[in-house]
Amino acid sequence: MSIVLDKPDTAGGERGPELSSLGLTMYRFSAWLKSPRPYLMLIGFAIVLGFWYLAVEVLQLPRFESMPGLTEVFREWFSKDPIYGLSIYTPEYYTHIGISLRRIAYAFLLATVLGVPLGLFLGWSKTFREFVFPLFEVLRPIPILAWVPLAIIMFSGSESPVIFLTFLASFFATTLNTMLGVESIDESYSRAASCLGASRWQVFKHVVIPGAMPYIFTGLQISIGVAWFSLVAGEMVSGQFGLGYLINTSYMMIEYPKIIIGMITLGIVGFATSAMVRAAGDYMMQWRVRELALVD
Amino acid sequence: MSAEMNQDTIADVTKVDVTKAAVTKGAIKIDDVVKIYDPNGAAVMAVDHCSIDIPAGEICMIVGPSGCGKTTLLNAIAGFHDITSGSIHLDGELLCGPEKPQAEPGSDRIVVFQNGALFPWKTNLENVAFGPMMAGKLGKKEIYDKARAMMADAGLSGTENNYPGEVSSGLRRRVEIVRALMNDPKVLLFDEPYRALDSLTKSVMHEALLEIYYRNKVTIFFITHDLEEAIFLGHRLIIMSSRPCKPKKIVEVDIPHPRDYSVLTSQRFREIMGEAKGVVHEEAQKAFAAGEREG
Ligand SMILES: Nc1ncnc2c1ncn2[C@@H]1O[C@H](COP(=O)(O)OP(=O)(O)OP(=O)(O)O)[C@@H](O)[C@H]1O
Ligand SMILES: [Mg+2]
Repeated sequence: MSIVLDKPDTAGGERGPELSSLGLTMYRFSAWLKSPRPYLMLIGFAIVLGFWYLAVEVLQLPRFESMPGLTEVFREWFSKDPIYGLSIYTPEYYTHIGISLRRIAYAFLLATVLGVPLGLFLGWSKTFREFVFPLFEVLRPIPILAWVPLAIIMFSGSESPVIFLTFLASFFATTLNTMLGVESIDESYSRAASCLGASRWQVFKHVVIPGAMPYIFTGLQISIGVAWFSLVAGEMVSGQFGLGYLINTSYMMIEYPKIIIGMITLGIVGFATSAMVRAAGDYMMQWRVRELALVD
Repeated sequence: MSAEMNQDTIADVTKVDVTKAAVTKGAIKIDDVVKIYDPNGAAVMAVDHCSIDIPAGEICMIVGPSGCGKTTLLNAIAGFHDITSGSIHLDGELLCGPEKPQAEPGSDRIVVFQNGALFPWKTNLENVAFGPMMAGKLGKKEIYDKARAMMADAGLSGTENNYPGEVSSGLRRRVEIVRALMNDPKVLLFDEPYRALDSLTKSVMHEALLEIYYRNKVTIFFITHDLEEAIFLGHRLIIMSSRPCKPKKIVEVDIPHPRDYSVLTSQRFREIMGEAKGVVHEEAQKAFAAGEREG
């Protein structure tokens, strides 16, 4: 510690005080490649895929026998001329992905635009919280599936009920986490700000919003996850196209490999959207990334 | 601080007048202040008819047992909560009193917090520039130039673009003090700022604080548990009784400023330590016994 004090100009560590966010990302990526984590991850995948292959195609275990096999699914998925008409070469595949993504985008953005400000005000103003929060707490535990009939009655067309359902769960997650984020802020930050002459509004802008940011992004991570969850539920009962719709209709048409293709695609696309939310969070919270990088 | 740098600053310092008489603003008058938390319920009396007169430019050290009400008194001066009765004046102007139970927080009295309160989401430079930026009287460039200069003066060059979480806790405390000084405050209110630091860092921080004090004429109201710290830094020690707090004994530290760490081994230091220790120990025992009764 005293060494750091002697030379304040190296206090940022050997990475230097001004490291661009791209440089930091590259640094972390190469550190990740050097760690055992990516290889453990590959082994994990290999075990699951290997089990699937063995269980269905080699050992033909009971309960697995009518499931589509690994080779069948992958052959179909990457086939230029798929038997059931769906593979990475057919435009229909991308229509399903695109439509699901569009619904997620609308619902997630709407939930963020409404949920973050609402959560900030719930955390900021006691009076506001006292009359809004109880209502919120009663609505929140209602499972998304219970909203389906109401959504179909309230919204016309096939698109808006699905977007509404997707929006709901996201909205609750975002609002609640944002509120918790405001409550988590150490009181001494707002006190320090008011000592330094900040007005109430300036405290809100310079302390409350950035202070709640880590929780907001945790909320957005949860939000994007539950958005996919409710999207698929919604697409299974209403709407046309989309990955949930694809899975459901494939089941009814007894086109089993398409179910698995739909599921794996959901996993990949869902993962990609969460990664995007995380990257946005890292971008907006450089201070946190750098703090955590030191801890790593 | 390297040894070389230290000699420089001390030589430098002897040129300026380090007596508190040179300071003309920042006199605090605490008059018969009472603070009762939750008066209609549990009614916890934290401060009991407490009067302290702090002349401008004094380093006034508040020493007292845990939970006696030191922070409560500081918060009343800072304007974080109200007082039940009594009054507090700063340079003859009323901060809080019978008609106005809670002072307005303001940049003439800046608190340096127990656990540090630099905004982790702003760089050190943005933190230092925060006060003037909020006031909005100067242009951004002017403010940032001044912030850089002040940081350089405090030996903080090179950490401007780091976030507080990236530098050592000792450096963070220094940044926080510079952030306060940017606003040209009359009073700095310290609430055990060095409690969490190891003793080596602490000793460096003490010399750095004195150095800052010699250059910037302010009044310092400094809460601590640590008697050695109190005697090393202070002009006066106000030893508080156990809760509810009021001054129990006032010890004048007649060791001349500028001081450096050699003071710690001096005869006079040991004498003052002996004088203060007895009282502090007695009050700590009372606080402990009271705690046992309540618990
Ligand atoms: N908001 C509050 N409501 C009720 N009681 C409180 C409140 N804040 C503090 N107290 C009580 O008032 C007393 C004085 O607290 P204070 O924080 O001022 O003590 P302190 O001298 O700063 O202690 P420490 O040395 O532990 O920091 C304590 O007994 C504490 O429990
Ligand atoms: Mg305290």
